[in-house]
Order: sequence, then structure tokens, then C-alpha cells
Amino acid sequence: MAKKLMKGNEAIGEAAIRAGSKYYFAYPITPQTEVAEYLARRLPEVDGVFLQAESELGASNMIFGAASSGKRVFTSSSSPGISLMSEALSYITCAELPCVFINVCRAGPGLGGILPSQGDYMQATHASGHGDFHLLVLAPSTVQEAVEHMMQAFDLADKYRNPVMIFADGLIGQMMEPVDFDAVKVGKPADHSDWATTGAKGRAPHIVKTLYLNPLDNEKHNHHLAEKYARMDKAEQRSEMYGGLGKPELLITAFGTSARVCKTAVDMLNAEGIDVALFRPISLYPFPKVALAKEAGKAHVKQLLSVEMSSGQMIEDVRLYTKDAKPVHFFGRHGGIVPSPEEVVDAIRKILPKKKAAAKK
Amino acid sequence: MAQHTIFCRPESMTDATTHYCPGCTHGIIHRMVAESLDELGLREKACGVAPVGCSVLAYNYFNCDFLEAAHGRAPAFAVGLKRVSPEMTVFTYQGDGDLASIGTNEILHAANRGEKITVIFVNNAIYGMTGGQMAPTTLPGQITTTSPTGRDVNTAGWPIRMRELLSTLRTPAYIARGSSHSPQWVIRTKQYIKKAFEYQEANRCFSLIEVLSTCPTNWGMTPTESTKWLADNMIPYYPLGELKTPDEDDALVGKMLG
Repeated sequence: MAKKLMKGNEAIGEAAIRAGSKYYFAYPITPQTEVAEYLARRLPEVDGVFLQAESELGASNMIFGAASSGKRVFTSSSSPGISLMSEALSYITCAELPCVFINVCRAGPGLGGILPSQGDYMQATHASGHGDFHLLVLAPSTVQEAVEHMMQAFDLADKYRNPVMIFADGLIGQMMEPVDFDAVKVGKPADHSDWATTGAKGRAPHIVKTLYLNPLDNEKHNHHLAEKYARMDKAEQRSEMYGGLGKPELLITAFGTSARVCKTAVDMLNAEGIDVALFRPISLYPFPKVALAKEAGKAHVKQLLSVEMSSGQMIEDVRLYTKDAKPVHFFGRHGGIVPSPEEVVDAIRKILPKKKAAAKK
Repeated sequence: MAQHTIFCRPESMTDATTHYCPGCTHGIIHRMVAESLDELGLREKACGVAPVGCSVLAYNYFNCDFLEAAHGRAPAFAVGLKRVSPEMTVFTYQGDGDLASIGTNEILHAANRGEKITVIFVNNAIYGMTGGQMAPTTLPGQITTTSPTGRDVNTAGWPIRMRELLSTLRTPAYIARGSSHSPQWVIRTKQYIKKAFEYQEANRCFSLIEVLSTCPTNWGMTPTESTKWLADNMIPYYPLGELKTPDEDDALVGKMLG
């Protein structure tokens, strides 16, 4: 099929339908409201359910109830709204309900601003709500990739009985790019008949719950969840390497929109003969620690630079998984500002040994 | 001589022993719901939702599918399930702290959208599970652990009457208040509950049945004193009966449209 030019938010909504989900509950918030506007028109055409909830608290708790049916359900929001959804995320993950959450991240903290940010990295990967739990988090850096992630997210949610979060940002949500929905393969929805609440006809009642008053039972459930995250960690780490002239001496780490910018910066420097490359985490949880350790561990890599649209959050994971064996520098813009490739190039020039930079002048 | 069963446990209840305190009327109200499900043949397609509160373990006592909800969010859970599975019968079973305090937003908007769910709202004028704190429904002057000198309406406001509040909504609904304090009102309240499920089965409207109940443990009374206290103190402030019916609502719409 020919590619179609679509706005990121609309493409994400369409991707969910193509992945077999017809049920969406959400509350308007900039910069992701086009997801809701698109689905308000589109879902009735496929006999789906579009419900504008009273709040993100309401929407995300509706997702709990809807996901208990075993059907493919999803919601979307942006940073302040995701904070309100943190209650439901904790309950949903504890109850092991498959569903998909989209965060079109904007600048915080507080009301912050409506422009793109990656300031919710920690929230998405480390602390999405109370208690020990993790979401499976994918971070697209193009609209096409957002579509792919969205369409794969339901299969992953089914596979692990765990919510999946698409971590986009205001740029991915707002920009238009050509997309191809047919390029993505979608699995069949899993059979959830052994736990879903569909009515106790000819079987014992199914109960979806999160209360474990007996601490031994609760510990056992936490161990069960931890074992699941360990399986995810083994099977779902995703990343890509970009650029470089064979033996990069500096490795940039960046995801999503900042990785897009860094690709241009890498191209600019590579054209000058300066050997730098980009390591782009695609899965933020599980963090692609194996690939990062391998790339960063190469002898020619002398230092790293984490480029983020925040004050520096992913850098903590980068340092952790490279065991601080090499210096990890940071360059970030935030408040809704997307760094320019030139700024990234300048930041790299400041880090690289002077003689090398001088030699190229 | 042939023996006939004239009274037994409803099929929609399990035979588990409840954890409720002696004299608590949750058991009676559970039974009203279970009998209604039985009589209407709904058990096999029903799903209950019970949030945080004394009835959080209700799934142990109802013999149907069940969701355990976050505090106050049962209507949202129920709406999510009902919207994606409209063929099911979905009900919530919520206390007054849950529905009238932390969950006001969820219940108000579920009612206003006319969600086809049935809400059982158990009002005992106190937080039971956490040990007797002031609820939005606690009566003026009523002593609780967080209103040790009695509820002061100047700082805590007057008790919220959810039946009356929700009945102001224009959206058609069935909203009534019953009670668990006397056999007469148990019978009548059961009729309200059954009617509420019938409205859901007819895909007609949202319904909420408030049921006044007792909390002897946290009121510091015997069960007998509690039912008397309910009758003497709660009913004057929380009058019993149906306040909103979809038939009246439909008649009103007819008038408005001429």
C-alpha cells in the first residue's frame, strides 16, 4: 500500500485500530489531543467505543475495567495526565492486565509547557506509580516507528499480561510524516478466557484483584512479577547503532526525538572525518543494557555523551550499565526546547580532545 | 413426607463465612443483591466491582465474576467493562467514604453519562474499614475518631445526600434510598435493587440504590441500639424512597420537546 502522510497522533490512533483494538478511553490534553479527536471520528466506523472520560483518573481506571474483559484497550495522555494515571498503572500492572498507554511527553514539572520533552523518562521506566512494578516502554523516533510500536504493543501486552507504554513526545505527536501500516505484522489477540471477567457461565468465577493482605502471598506475587520483568529483560531489549566511521571514539546515547537530532549531528561530524556514533535505545524498559555494554565497551570508545530533552535522566542508566568505566557526559535542553544538531555538534567538539578537533579545522 | 426447600442460600452467593463484624448489615445487603441476580437469571453474565472499604473482599461472597477496585474508582472500572462488554450485567458495591468522598467525580460522571450500570451504595455514616473516621455522610454532631467532639458543620460541612445530589442531573436515571434496619425496609430495598437490575437489563438507564446500614463496631453500640440509632437519626436526614425514575424523566423530556 502507498504511504500516507499523517500527523503522529492520528497515525498512533489508526495504528491501534489496525492492531485490533476498538476501545479507547481518554481525556483531552495537549499535545496529544488529536489522538482522541481522530478516534472520536474513527472508532464508530469500526463499531468501537470512544469514551471521553471525566479525567485521566477516570480514563485510566476505565482501562482497568475494560482490560478485565481480555479485549484490546488503550488510552493516551501527556505528562500531567500520566501522573494522574499512575494510580491505575500500579493497579493494572499488579492485576496483570494487558493494555496500552501512550505518553506524548511534554515539558514539566507542574503544568510546565505543551512543547516536547523527555522529562518523564524516570517516571516511565522506574517509578510509574506506587509499588514494585514496571511497564514495557517503547520510544519511537519517527511517526512510522510510532505506528510500528503501537501495533506491536498489543501483542507484547498480551505476551506478558502487562501494560505497554509508548513513550513519544510532543514532536512525534505533532509532526506529519509518511506512514505505511501494512509494513507491520500484528499477531492474533491472545486467548484470555482463563482469567478474563466475561461472566461465570459454566465455570468458577474469575476475580481480578490486587489485594494480598497476607504478606507471604504478597511477596509471592511480587516475586512472580519480578520473574516476568526478568523475562522481559531477556527478550525485549531493543536498540540501534547509527553512524560512525568504523572506530568511534565517542558514543552518543539518545532516544526518541533527541536521537533524531543526534543522527544529523553524527552525519555532520562523520562528514568532517570525526568518528562518533549514536546508540539509540528503542526499548526504554527493558533498557538495552547488553547492547550498550558491548558498544561502549569497545576499546576505541573513550567516552560517552547522553543527549536528552531533560536535565539528565537516562544518563543514570547509561552510567549504571557501562559501570562508569568511561566518562559519560551530558548535553540537554528542556522546557520544551528540542536541541539543534549544531548544538549537539558543539557539545561534542568541547568534549573531544583539542588536538583532534583542531586538526580538522 | 416430602420436604420442600422454602429458604436457602442464593446461588449468587458462596458459602464462605463473611469477615463482617457482628450486627453489620453488609451481609443482608449482599443477600439482596444476590437474590436479585438469581431471580433475574443474571449470575452467569454478571460482574461485580467492589472497591476499597469494608466490602473490598466481597468477591469472596458473591458467586460471580468480580473486580476489586481502587478506592473510589468502582464506577470507572464498571464503565470500562460495561462499555466493551455491553451484554454483561455490571454492578458496583460501594461504601460512603468511597462513593461520596474519594469517588465523587467517578460516580457523578457515570451517572451523568447515563452509564448502564447498577450502583449499590451502602451508607453507614462512617469509615468502617479504617476504624471509624468521619465520612462525608457522618451526621452533625456525630462523634468519630477524626471528629472527637462531634462533626462540626462549620468546618466539615453538612453530610452529603448522594441520592438527592445525583437526582438533580438531567440524564434519566433510577435513584432510590432504602435501608437495612427493619424487615419492612429490607423487603422494599430488595425491590429497589431488583428494579435497578431490570433497568440495566432493558438497557434503560443508570441506577443507584443507596442503602442505609449500621456499623455497631465503630458507632460503639450493640446491633439493636444501632438499628434504632439509624431509624432515629439517619432516616430524618436521609429520607427513604425513590427520588428519580426514568419514567418521570422520559415524561419530562416529552414536555420539554412539546
